[in-house]
Amino acid sequence: MKQRYQNRIELLQGTLDLLILQTLQWGPQHGYGISLAIRNHSGEILQVDTGSLYPALHRLAKQKWISAEWKVSENNQRAKYYRLTATGKKQLARETSKWEQLKDAIAGVMRIQEK
Amino acid sequence: MGFWHKKKETDLEEEVRSHLRLSAQERTERGQEAGAAAQAARREFGNVELVKETARDSWSGRWLMDFVEDLRYGVRMLRKNPGFTSIAILTLTLGIGANSALFSVVNAVLLNPLPYPHSEQLVMVHESKPNFETGSISFPNFLDWQKENRSFTAMGASRPFGFSLTGMGEAEQVNARFISSDFFAVLEVNPILGRTFTKGEDLVGGAPIAMISAGLWRRKFSASPEAIGKSLTLGGKSYMIVGIVPANFDLYLRAANQADVYVPMGQWANPILMRRDAGLGIHGTARLKPGVTIEQARADMARITDGLASAYPNEDKGIGASLIPLRKSVLGDVQPILLMLLAAVGFVLLIACVNVANLLLARSTARTREFAIRAALGAGRQRIVRQLLTESVLLSLGGGVLGLLLAQFGTRAALRILPVDLPRSSSIELDTKVLLFTLGVSLLAGILFGLVPAVKTSHLGLHTALKESGRNSSGSHNRAQGVLVVLEMAMALVLLVGAGLTIRSLTLLWNVDPGFRPDNVMTFNLAFPPTMNDKSPDAIRSILRDVDRQFASIPGVDGVSQTWGAIPIGSEDDQQFWLEDQPKPADPSGMGWTLDYIVEQDYLKLMGIPLRRGRFLTDQDNEQSTHVAVVDEVFAHKYFPNSDPIGKRVVMTTSGDKLEIVGVVGHVNQWGLGSDEAQPLRAQMYMHCLQMPDAFVSTTTSGTTIILHSQLPQAALLSALRSTNQRMSAEQVLFGEQSMNEIIALSLGSQRFVMMLLGAFAALALVLASVGIYGVISYLVGQRTREIGVRIALGAQQRDVLRLILGQGMKMTLLGVGMGLAASLALTRLMSAVLYGVSATDPLTFIAVGLLLSTVAFAACFVPARRAMRVDPMVALRYE
Repeated sequence: MKQRYQNRIELLQGTLDLLILQTLQWGPQHGYGISLAIRNHSGEILQVDTGSLYPALHRLAKQKWISAEWKVSENNQRAKYYRLTATGKKQLARETSKWEQLKDAIAGVMRIQEK
Repeated sequence: MGFWHKKKETDLEEEVRSHLRLSAQERTERGQEAGAAAQAARREFGNVELVKETARDSWSGRWLMDFVEDLRYGVRMLRKNPGFTSIAILTLTLGIGANSALFSVVNAVLLNPLPYPHSEQLVMVHESKPNFETGSISFPNFLDWQKENRSFTAMGASRPFGFSLTGMGEAEQVNARFISSDFFAVLEVNPILGRTFTKGEDLVGGAPIAMISAGLWRRKFSASPEAIGKSLTLGGKSYMIVGIVPANFDLYLRAANQADVYVPMGQWANPILMRRDAGLGIHGTARLKPGVTIEQARADMARITDGLASAYPNEDKGIGASLIPLRKSVLGDVQPILLMLLAAVGFVLLIACVNVANLLLARSTARTREFAIRAALGAGRQRIVRQLLTESVLLSLGGGVLGLLLAQFGTRAALRILPVDLPRSSSIELDTKVLLFTLGVSLLAGILFGLVPAVKTSHLGLHTALKESGRNSSGSHNRAQGVLVVLEMAMALVLLVGAGLTIRSLTLLWNVDPGFRPDNVMTFNLAFPPTMNDKSPDAIRSILRDVDRQFASIPGVDGVSQTWGAIPIGSEDDQQFWLEDQPKPADPSGMGWTLDYIVEQDYLKLMGIPLRRGRFLTDQDNEQSTHVAVVDEVFAHKYFPNSDPIGKRVVMTTSGDKLEIVGVVGHVNQWGLGSDEAQPLRAQMYMHCLQMPDAFVSTTTSGTTIILHSQLPQAALLSALRSTNQRMSAEQVLFGEQSMNEIIALSLGSQRFVMMLLGAFAALALVLASVGIYGVISYLVGQRTREIGVRIALGAQQRDVLRLILGQGMKMTLLGVGMGLAASLALTRLMSAVLYGVSATDPLTFIAVGLLLSTVAFAACFVPARRAMRVDPMVALRYE
């Protein structure tokens, strides 16, 4: 079972939440759609495991950052669509700025290492 | 599971399905064939159940759902294995029940505060004398202490007594207490009806009034309020009832000897009541003023007693006051014993837990496949541990409920059988604290014995478990079981050592020569009819002679004597004296002290005390002849180290009577079988009761104590004594009959109590531990059947197989015994207070107990080992 995870980049704790919120900024999406979007936008590098995705979606819904409703997709399939709520938008803004700080901080550290 | 939960479940199910459909659809759009696309979607998704499971984890209230589910599943599993379940629950019932029972005792006796308001302010007050730290207070001293102290809100005094109650149906003997007026006020106990005694009513010359117990009130007056003002005939004298004491009241909180009648101290017709140097068994109780510490009160009392010593040097020189918190007086003796027993019973529960843990381990091997499948279906490791813990807690709660029942029915029954009168035993009950304790212990036990098997089981590799059908995956189980058995052996050994030490102490105690032969000796009290009150001392003497003759004439009775003063091991009495050929000491600290036995000529023979020199009392000694005394070896050695006591004379301080020593007899262990030598007061003197001064003889009008020797069976003797007594007078009451052996047994009460309980616990531990090792070895033999078959097929002898299995068992046993011995060395020190004649680390006991446990464990291993030896290689190899 372990090999499956080896070629994947482990997402940092909490990063998946950020990615989900970011994806939903472009409009309501179902779980499968979210995982596709993350994969495509990351150039196939980030593979979201369903075992992480669904717990994350349910957790975010419980926090009231996203809401869910059943809709029929463009392909005529019933699917559960998640949508960013108002508090979710604020949370995304907070998470994004935190991420920027972290990214800069790590980049700074890495530059020193390269010298 | 509620509607809400079901909806969430179908929602999740639907969401997963839609994910798979969307994923498959996308693949078919890319040109994949439908079947292959669906399969690829499934593969990409991963373990559906595991994803669902992790998603559920983010729901709130999740644990409750799981718990309910686990509970149902657990109950189903336990019902499917009735054999396992009943053994486990029975084991736990014994363990938890014993703990619950002992805790309910500890709770009632030690944890709850004494049932008096602000009981921490209460102290016992005694007179400290050269011989006794806690001697009795003379009434005049008490009255002065009461008047002059500045530390107490109130001070009371009391002294137990016995009255014959006549004029209300058949004459009967009632327990009574002479009390000072403030006795109840100190304790802040109020009468349920009427009043207590008021100031001054307790003095000599006060009106004859009485308070009676709620029990007597119910029995004799049907609890009627009219009882107040009625009269009661006690010892032939009429007392007016003024108050009713609350039910079950006893100063020392003991159930036995609760007084039925309370009478003012001044009513005691004792000629020396008002003598300042009298020791009459009066003890005080007092309540500290708020904010006053016991040290301040001690200083205050020292000031008073110093003053009295200079005012009355003849009586009070060297006399002080000793204050002891009431709680310590009441509970001081039992506290260490109960705590030690609580620790011991905790060990029993641990052993029970280990046994159940072992059962669970063995069973979890059988259930390996079940859990592997659950894991494959998506159960996380935590989830499996939780499931197993739910099962074990279910077991322990079952044991807890049954244990509680056992404890509630068993405790009182046990306390009736066990030889101890615990203070406050009547308040032992099922209260919240006992319930919580039992619940807590059950939960703790469930987690304790469930955790190891649960963690072990959840560790199993999925693949191995599924492939091997659970046969070979148990190596680490065996190790865990081995460790548990070793621990169990060690704990059982500690309990056995404890029991062994108490048994050895008691055996040594029983074998102590008390200095007399207790067999066939019986004592009893007689309460004389009220007509005795008007008799002259000489008339009383002739009645006493007649009483002796009447009892002596019973066929089978071969020796009768009055016995006043001390009774060996039973009750103490002492007197002061000085030697006639020396000047009279100026104050009490210069006087000699001796235990006094006021008896008649038959006493020496019926008690089997050896005569060393001279003679004992004879029937020629009487009130007209020279007053004589016989002393024991200790007296002779102490007061006549270099001369012959015979022919010397002593002067008794209280009576002024001069006695000539006529003989020396053997020493008697007055203070108990094992505790005589450590006592400061050991000199003994025998006097003739008929030679006592008139004033003293007059005090026996209320009653006397008689001792006799008879080979008759006790029941026959008692009925003969009763009918003889009835013939003498219908109003004469015979009571308090006790054989000398009973008195001795009673004196060993706390040792016997500890021995019986520790013995029971140790026996239980031994059984549990041997069942434990038997179970584990049987299990190992079952596991290794194939291996043994191969060995035998390859030429191993039966002997080798036996050695192999026994070796494994004995390795665990010896490790356990070794650890247990080491632990015992540290732990048995805690019980040195109840030991006699053996050290807490007595090597003989340690060795014997180690051998006992090893032998029992060997026997327990031998049964499965024999089974292994008989393994038929063909059957074993075909098996599978």
